[in-house]
Amino acid sequence: MSPYTVIIGLEVHVQLATESKLFCGCSTAFGAAPNTQICPVCLGMPGALPVMNRKAFELSLRTAAAINCQIARFTKWDRKQYYYPDLPKGYQISQYDLPFSHDGWLEISDPKGKFEPKRVGIIRAHLEEDAGKSMHDERAGLADSQIDLNRTGTPLLEIVSQPDMRSPAEAKAFLSELKLLLTYLGVSDCNMQEGSLRVDGNINLHIDTPGGKVATPIVEIKNMNSFRAVERALAYEAERLYEVWQETGQKLGDVPKQTRGWDDAANVTRGQRHKEESSDYRYFPDPDLVPVTVTDAVVEQVLASLGEMPVALRTRLETEFGLSAYDSDVLVNQGRALVDYFLHVATATGDGKLASNWLQQDVLRMLNERNWDIAAFPVTAPALAVLLKKVQAGELITSRAREVLQAMIDTGRSADEVMREKGIEQVDETELVALCQELVAANPKVAEDFKAGKMQAIGSLVGQAKKKNPNVNPGRVRELLIEALGKL
Amino acid sequence: MSLTELSAAELLQRLRSGEVSATDAAKACLDRIEQVNDRVNAIVRVDRAKVLEDAGKVDQKRAAGQPVGALAGLPVVVKDLLCTQGEPTTCGSRMLRDFSPPYDATAVAKLRSADGVILGKANLDEFAMGGSTESSIFGPTRNPWDTSRVAGGSSGGSAAAVAASLAPLAIGTDTGGSIRQPAGLCGITGLKPTYGRISRYGLIAFASSLDQIGPMAHSAEDCALLLEVLAGHDPRDATSVDRPVPQYRESLITPLKGLKLGVVKDHFGAGLDEEVAAAVERAIDVYRSLGAEIRDVALPHGRYGVATYYVIAPCEASSNLARYEGVHYGYRTDEGQLLAELDAERKQLLAAGDKRAAENLDTALVRMYRKSRSEGFGPEVKRRIMLGTYALSAGYYDAYYVKALKVRRLIRQDFDRAFEQVDLIVGPVTPSTAFKIGEKTNDPLAMYREDLYTVTANLAGIAGIAFPCGQSKAGLPIGVQLQSPPFQEETLLRAAHQFQMATDWHKRRPALEK
Repeated sequence: MSPYTVIIGLEVHVQLATESKLFCGCSTAFGAAPNTQICPVCLGMPGALPVMNRKAFELSLRTAAAINCQIARFTKWDRKQYYYPDLPKGYQISQYDLPFSHDGWLEISDPKGKFEPKRVGIIRAHLEEDAGKSMHDERAGLADSQIDLNRTGTPLLEIVSQPDMRSPAEAKAFLSELKLLLTYLGVSDCNMQEGSLRVDGNINLHIDTPGGKVATPIVEIKNMNSFRAVERALAYEAERLYEVWQETGQKLGDVPKQTRGWDDAANVTRGQRHKEESSDYRYFPDPDLVPVTVTDAVVEQVLASLGEMPVALRTRLETEFGLSAYDSDVLVNQGRALVDYFLHVATATGDGKLASNWLQQDVLRMLNERNWDIAAFPVTAPALAVLLKKVQAGELITSRAREVLQAMIDTGRSADEVMREKGIEQVDETELVALCQELVAANPKVAEDFKAGKMQAIGSLVGQAKKKNPNVNPGRVRELLIEALGKL
Repeated sequence: MSLTELSAAELLQRLRSGEVSATDAAKACLDRIEQVNDRVNAIVRVDRAKVLEDAGKVDQKRAAGQPVGALAGLPVVVKDLLCTQGEPTTCGSRMLRDFSPPYDATAVAKLRSADGVILGKANLDEFAMGGSTESSIFGPTRNPWDTSRVAGGSSGGSAAAVAASLAPLAIGTDTGGSIRQPAGLCGITGLKPTYGRISRYGLIAFASSLDQIGPMAHSAEDCALLLEVLAGHDPRDATSVDRPVPQYRESLITPLKGLKLGVVKDHFGAGLDEEVAAAVERAIDVYRSLGAEIRDVALPHGRYGVATYYVIAPCEASSNLARYEGVHYGYRTDEGQLLAELDAERKQLLAAGDKRAAENLDTALVRMYRKSRSEGFGPEVKRRIMLGTYALSAGYYDAYYVKALKVRRLIRQDFDRAFEQVDLIVGPVTPSTAFKIGEKTNDPLAMYREDLYTVTANLAGIAGIAFPCGQSKAGLPIGVQLQSPPFQEETLLRAAHQFQMATDWHKRRPALEK
C-alpha cells in the first residue's frame, strides 16, 4: 500500500482542424515553409484587426458539448499580455473570466481493470489563438534565434481538468479518451508530434502521516511530447515529490508552485528557470472583438449533431453484439470508421463475436503491418461479410478462409472469385464417403491400429484425404473415417 | 478666387462640368502646399509625382467617358495614422518613422475607389495622443490663424491643412475629441461619427473602443460628401456596424423647424472662456431663429468624463502599443551598442563582486525591448503606456479599469435619457481658443482638460460635429459642437448645414501671408 495518493490535473491544448486561423483567413496547414502562411492580421501589424472565425467557434462548441460542459450564453475575448518574439501583438487573444464553456466531465475506464471507471471533472474549456514558433540554435558561437509565425493565430482549445486523476495511468487514460473523442468529433487531428495536442500536468501528493493527510506543494510539468511521456513523467514526479517531502517536509503553500520540464531522453523532470516576479498578464476585454452570444437553439443543435460518442458506442457493442468490454474497447479505440466496418460485418453475419475476432485477428493485424487505415483496406465490409457467411455455412474452414482473405487483400477480388481461381469448392457428401471408404480399404494397417485403440492413426488418413482433394473439410473427413472404420 | 479657396462641393461641381481637371486641382493644392506648408507644418509628406499621376488617371477616366467615383478628382489629406499601402505611415513617431504598411486602411481604399486623390499625409500628435499636434517627430503644426498658436490635436495637421486651404478635404481620427477640437481651433467643420460607422481597419490603434475616423472640411456639406464615401460595414472590422449608409447630402436642406436642441448648463460654468461662451450663446440664438426649440438637459456624469477617459484610453493604448518592440518592424535600438553596453555592465558588476546582480542583468532580448521602446516613443506616449499598464495591473484593475467602465456606462445612460427629450445637444467644443505653442506641454493635466466637452461622446459612442460660430477679439476661430444619438449623423450634418446657410463663419479664411 502506497503511503500517499497522487493528485493529478491536466491542461490540454488542442489545435482545431479549421482551414483558416482564428482571426484571419490564413491557412493552418502544417509543414509549410516558415512565414508563408501569414497576413497583416496574424502578424499583428499596425491597424490590422481580428475577426472571429465562426467555424472555429462551432468546433469548440461541439467539443465542449461532448465533454459534457455547460455552454455559456454570453462569452467574450480577452487580451493576455506578455512579451515574446513569437507573439507579434504583445498579447494573445484568449478568454479569461467568461470562457465559452465550463463544468463538464469525461468518463474514463480501463478494460484491464487497472482502475475503477470514473468521471474526471472538466473545469473549463476556452478558445484562444496559438503563438508562433521560436527556433533557437544554441550551438556555441552560432547563437541564432528564428521565428516562424505560420502557427500564429491557429485556433487552440484549452481544456482544463479538475485534479481528479489518482495515478499516471488514469492521466494517460484521460488523454487517450479525450483524443479519441476529438477524433470522433473530427475537430482535431491530435498529432502530438506536430503540436496539435499539447499537455501540461499539475501534480502533488496527499501523504498519510500519523498526524493526518498532508498535501505537498504542486508542481507543473511541461514538455511532455507523447502519452507515454506523460505517464512516465508523472510517475517519476510522484516519486520525486515523495522523496523531497521526506527530505524537507515542505507542505502545500510553503513554496511557490514550481514548473518542471520533462527530459524524455534522461527520464527525469528538471526545474525550469524561475522568473523573479510572478507574471501579471493584465487581462482585459479585447476592444477589437465583439462578445459572442449563444442561443438555446444553437446549443440544442450542437447537442443533436454530436452523434454517438465512444462511451455510448462501447456499451452498444457490448449489449447489442455480445462483445466483451475488452473487445468493444479495442474496436471503439480504432476510431469511428473501423467501428462502422465492424457494425456492417456483424449485422450481415448476425454474429458480432465472429466479426470481432476476424477484425482483431486478421483485419487489424494487416492494417498494422501495412500501416493502412481502414479506408485503405482493399476488402470492403460487405466483401468480408460474404466470406464469413461461407465459414458460418461450413463451406470453408477457418484456415482456408484466411487464405482466401489474404488473396482478396492481395488481388482486390471477391471471395467467390478467389475461391474459383483456387478451385475451392464444396465437396459432395457422397464423393466424400466414397473417398473415405477407399482410404480405409487401402490402409489395413491403420484399420488395425484404430481397432487397437490408436485414434491418432486416423490423422494420416485425413492427411491423405486432403492431398487427394484439398477442398475437403477435415472435420467431416474424420467423422466419415471413424464411421467407416467402425463398420469394419 | 483661387481653386484652393473653394469648398469641396464647389470644386467637385467644376470638376464635373469639365471647367477644371483633376490635374489642375491637384496642381493648385501642390503649389499651395509648397508656398505655405512650411509656415503651418500641416502636411508631413507629399509625393508630387504620385499625386499628379493619380489625378491624371481620374482625368483619363473622365475623358474616356468611364464612370467615376463620388470624389472624382478631389484632393484629400489623410492623417498619418491611417495606413497607405507602400507609403510611410508614421503616426508621427520615431517608432514608425520608416514603416510602410503593405496594405491600405479601409477608409483609404474607399477614398481611392471613389477616385479621390490622396494629396499627402497630415501631421498629428504622436500616436494621436495629445491635443495640440506638438508631440510629432515632425515638429508642431501651427494654427493658420496665428502661427504662434497650436492647431489643436491630435488631427491638427488635417485641420490646419483645410484651414490653410492646402486641401478641401481631410481625414482625421477622434478618440477623445481629436477631430472636433482642432476643427474648432482652426475654424473648420469636423465630424466624429458614431462608433462603428466607419471601419477602423488600417487605422493604427490608440484606444480601440474610442477611436473613430471622420471627415474634416470647410463645411457640413463637404463633410457629408466625404462621410458618404467612408461610412459602411467592413467585414474586416468586427466593431463596424452593418446598417445602410444614408445619402447625407440629400437631407441637408430640410429646415430645422421643430428640432429640439438640448443645452447642458454645466457646459457653461467655470472654466469656459467668456468669449467662447458668448459665441456659443449666439449660435444657440441662430438656432432659435431657425425654428429650433431650446431645452435644458442634464448630463450629470459628464464631469467624470475626462477622468474616465484617462483610465480607459491609456489602458487600451498600453496594450495596443505593446506590439512596437523592435522585433518585427519599426524602430530597433542599435544592437552593437546594446551588446557592448550589457557587456560593460556585466564586467562592472563582476569587478565589484556582485555576481548575483550580474546574473540578473537583462537578457539581450529584454534589453532590446527596453531600449527600442525607450528610444522609439516620446514622453506623452510613454506616460500613457505607464498609466495604462498600472491601471490594468493585478490589484488595481478593479479600482481603475472596471470602475471606469461602470462610469462609462453611466455617461452613456445620461445621453440616452437626454436624447429622449431632445434631438441634439449643443455646446462649446473647447474651453478656450487656440493656445500658444509650448504653453501646455509641461502641464499634461491642463492639456487633458482640453477634452472636457468632447470625450463624453467617445465614451458613449455617439456622434458629434464641430464647426465655426465666431471669432475672438484676437481673431481666433471659436467653434460650436452638436452631439447626436448613435447613427443620427444625418441630423447633425443637417443642423450644421442649416447654420452655415444662415451664417458665413465657415467661409472665412486666415490671411496666411508671408
